[in-house]
Amino acid sequence: MAISEAEVRKVAHLARLAMTEDSVEAYTRNLSNILDLVAQMEAVDTDGVVPMAHPLDMTQRLREDVVTETNHREAYQAVAPETEDGLYLVPKVIE
Amino acid sequence: MSDPIHSLSLKKLRDGIHAGNFSVMEATDAYLERIANFNEELNAFITVTRDSAQAQAVEIDNRIRKGELDGAMAGLPYALKDLFCSKDVLTTCGSNMLRNFVSPYDAHVAERLKAAGGVLLGKNNMDEFAMGSSNETSAFGNVRNPWDTDCVPGGSSGGGAATVAARLAPVALGSDTGGSIRQPASFCNITGIKPTYGRISRYGMIAFASSLDQCGPMAPSAEDCAITLNVIAGLDARDSTSVDRPVPDYTATLNDSIDGLKIGLPKEFFAEGLNPQVGAVIERAIKEFEARGAIIKEVTLPNSHLAVPVYYVVAPAECSSNLSRFDGVRFGHRCENPQDLKDLYERSRWEGFGAEVKRRIMIGTYALSAGYYDAYYLKAQKIRRLIQQDFAEAFKDVDVIMGPSAPTTAFKLGAKKDDPIAMYLEDLYTIPVSLAGLPGMTFPIGFAADGLPVGMQLVGNYFEEARMLNIAHQYQLSTDWHTQVPAKFA
Amino acid sequence: MEWETVIGLEIHAQLATKSKIFSGSSTAYGAEPNTQASLVDLGMPGVLPVLNKEAVHMAVKFGLAIDAHLAPRSVFARKNYFYPDLPKGYQISQYELPIVGIGHMDIELEDGSIKRIGVTRAHLEEDAGKSLHEDFQGQTGIDLNRAGTPLLEIVSEPDMRNAKEAVAYMKKLHALVRYLGVCDGNMQEGSFRCDANVSVRRPGQPFGTRAEIKNLNSFRFIERAINHEVERQIDIIESGGTVVQETRLYDPDRNETRSMRSKEDANDYRYFPDPDLLPVEITPEFIASVRATLPELPEAKKQRFITQYSLSTYDADMLTQSRDVADYFEAVAQGCGDAKLAANWVNGDLSAALNRTGIEIANAPVAADAFAGLLKRILDNTISGKIAKEVFDAMWNGEGDADSVIDKKGLKQITDTGAIEAMIDEIIAANPKQTEEYRAGKDKLFGFFVGAAMKASKGKANPEQVNAILKQKLAG
Repeated sequence: MAISEAEVRKVAHLARLAMTEDSVEAYTRNLSNILDLVAQMEAVDTDGVVPMAHPLDMTQRLREDVVTETNHREAYQAVAPETEDGLYLVPKVIE
Repeated sequence: MSDPIHSLSLKKLRDGIHAGNFSVMEATDAYLERIANFNEELNAFITVTRDSAQAQAVEIDNRIRKGELDGAMAGLPYALKDLFCSKDVLTTCGSNMLRNFVSPYDAHVAERLKAAGGVLLGKNNMDEFAMGSSNETSAFGNVRNPWDTDCVPGGSSGGGAATVAARLAPVALGSDTGGSIRQPASFCNITGIKPTYGRISRYGMIAFASSLDQCGPMAPSAEDCAITLNVIAGLDARDSTSVDRPVPDYTATLNDSIDGLKIGLPKEFFAEGLNPQVGAVIERAIKEFEARGAIIKEVTLPNSHLAVPVYYVVAPAECSSNLSRFDGVRFGHRCENPQDLKDLYERSRWEGFGAEVKRRIMIGTYALSAGYYDAYYLKAQKIRRLIQQDFAEAFKDVDVIMGPSAPTTAFKLGAKKDDPIAMYLEDLYTIPVSLAGLPGMTFPIGFAADGLPVGMQLVGNYFEEARMLNIAHQYQLSTDWHTQVPAKFA
Repeated sequence: MEWETVIGLEIHAQLATKSKIFSGSSTAYGAEPNTQASLVDLGMPGVLPVLNKEAVHMAVKFGLAIDAHLAPRSVFARKNYFYPDLPKGYQISQYELPIVGIGHMDIELEDGSIKRIGVTRAHLEEDAGKSLHEDFQGQTGIDLNRAGTPLLEIVSEPDMRNAKEAVAYMKKLHALVRYLGVCDGNMQEGSFRCDANVSVRRPGQPFGTRAEIKNLNSFRFIERAINHEVERQIDIIESGGTVVQETRLYDPDRNETRSMRSKEDANDYRYFPDPDLLPVEITPEFIASVRATLPELPEAKKQRFITQYSLSTYDADMLTQSRDVADYFEAVAQGCGDAKLAANWVNGDLSAALNRTGIEIANAPVAADAFAGLLKRILDNTISGKIAKEVFDAMWNGEGDADSVIDKKGLKQITDTGAIEAMIDEIIAANPKQTEEYRAGKDKLFGFFVGAAMKASKGKANPEQVNAILKQKLAG
């Protein structure tokens, strides 16, 4: 296995996925197979190759500093699971 | 008028409306009726916007009558893949996560089509978050291929491909990250183009892998695609990766000669892995091009075999981050009675996402995590550069590249569902093009021995969409593969 | 044995742009919750960021001011973590290629010596929203108005050796960003925030394990929090324990730091270049255009004040603490023609009045030109310095300009020699005993006569003339 069950659990936690115990084995197997496929990359000599983050060699366009947005809170919160007094609600956050 | 509305090309539809042969409402109703008749079987639409389509049709009929609307897409019905945000319309991305998400805004392309006077018929089914090559990862059930309803339509734009193949809409917008327009177009006998990365704004197209995602039209013919591309291509200030470069009239050059066209055939695309039946159809079509004056040359893309591994690092890495916003707080699925914040996140996401999406989120998270970044993500980005350079070399000798869009014809539903790797290899020939950001298209070139359609993949150099559409159009002028519709849907 | 404290600061300065760093939402403070949260700020599916030019401009301006290396190409990266005030599940920040590279700031220590503090980098990023912990049926409320406000995170080298140095550095930086106009510096509203990395070690030894203290939002807190943290760490080590690398929250009410539960998870931020944004190119032309907008910096201004106006180092230092004060001073100095007098008054009565009322100098009820008008009346002997204080108070209270106050209250100085002579004659006549004693050699009594003369004139007699005439008359 290219990835262990413990690593799968750790990754699931990092990705905030409530991995159920009965899923760990299948995910470990599938992810290992994918990593085996990916492992083909290892054989390639990439010394001195510039990583390619974007398909096109362009630079960032900049926006003028102008306020263009208006208040649409009601419309945007219409799709929210839970709000009160204009705030999004989540279980109590302890800092 | 003898030809039924659903058999008309975009151009003929538009001309029929403007000549007063039929109204926008009649055209809209004709398609709505077909959707009502066939969607149950095909499951190509997640949402049918019957009421708003009819309301739009009334309005557009009025505006055309008053002479306010005269464009090439005025009054034309269309469908959108369900990852394009549509204001006040359910936009699910094929996921339980967004099962109830009514978008508060329109994607750039949706705005453009609206402004051009198009009529939205509905939202097409798709693989969940565009992750899949068979449309079987959709939370809204699989789509069936109109050519054989026991087969998949391909994916992830499978709903759009089936829609066009069965003529439930004259055109659909899809998206292509690693082949999601080209592979289903091949499986469903339609024409589809993924333009150069950056040619069409991604604003409002729910992201899978941002450095790869690109929107594109799917329609029966190259001419239909050209008409649609004219409306949706071009700079959008809201997408930093949208390119500031003039958009040619893609219909203006459709009739240019292709005499002396230099076509490159990458030897790697004709090696082991390509189904011989598919290979035979491809080779026959290449010969047809040769007979029409094209020059055929072999080219090599020596790193193309690494494209799938590279893609399965880059795309999941980007998706793992892009999909973090689905956390049950501001929109989307939220689990019942979360105990605490961690529970809210973990259960909402576990319940909201399907297995393939979760696999990719986890692979991407792993590839970016401390200690693995260099070995996976950085390495993949470097090989991505090598793949791009391969194409640059090839384009020194040839005008375009041709080859298969997929190694096989449409496969049976369920055949690869539990084998992610086999599914990933479906995109063997399309992924290299996506990684390079090059434009790629598929057009119908016939049927394999199994009776299922085969599409040719045509790859151009950056921003060569007009030339590609011209080449496909010239082929379509003398062939009728693209006009063929399964008997049941004729 | 001695302990040495090692401090590095991370300062988050909200940039004073009108709109957010990646969206067209307003950055104004204090709006109703989520009314300045656009689709982009909310991280709605499908939205994309577009970079605000002014934020780049301001970052470059700051970089030039600290003499820093500016990256010709800088890259935005995603910092991935889940938190309810972070809508996208990642913060757009800069990681490997920040816009501002290595620079430095000089701070003045208590003994007057100068210490150079290295600035490692300054990068652009987006601010998060706010979690409101008041009880919403046991839940936390999230306001995303602040989400996407541009921040410049300024990271120092671990060059500071005690809390006072940290405060001096922070104050210097605070003055600088306000000078440059890139940040309003309002610490109460969170426009200028500080996290401190604190560790202790034996001198000469490698760095100890550091704790990151968050929530240091006043100059007073930072000093107290660092001192507290240093004590805590020394206590741990001296009692045989080891300091744990962690994030601690400073609680000003209890004057203590405590471990942050929300940061318990060892974070793995999975930084990678943001594919939605392209590399930012900073051309020499752009830098030149920013340089052209660069104001005179505090240190240069201070030196100029010393040479141009012959001010003391102390006065020049005081007057260059903020650009508004410096501008005010210069306007007064030029208006009245006596820089020293202007400096004394701006650092003296004006500064006291501002402190007393909590008014910012830009909003002072006595504007610079009116102030210069007052000082002119001292210089032309219309009023004495003492009377000027009375006139100033009246002006502060809105009773008009200097001339009209002097006129209304009849405060004009008596300079008529005849009138002063007559008054002094009366005083001498009324105090024969003191006159005799003075003439017998009791010089100290001169002050008695001056006092009597000033009292008789209600302070309006010109003091120099009073002195001269008294001397002459008493001489007999």
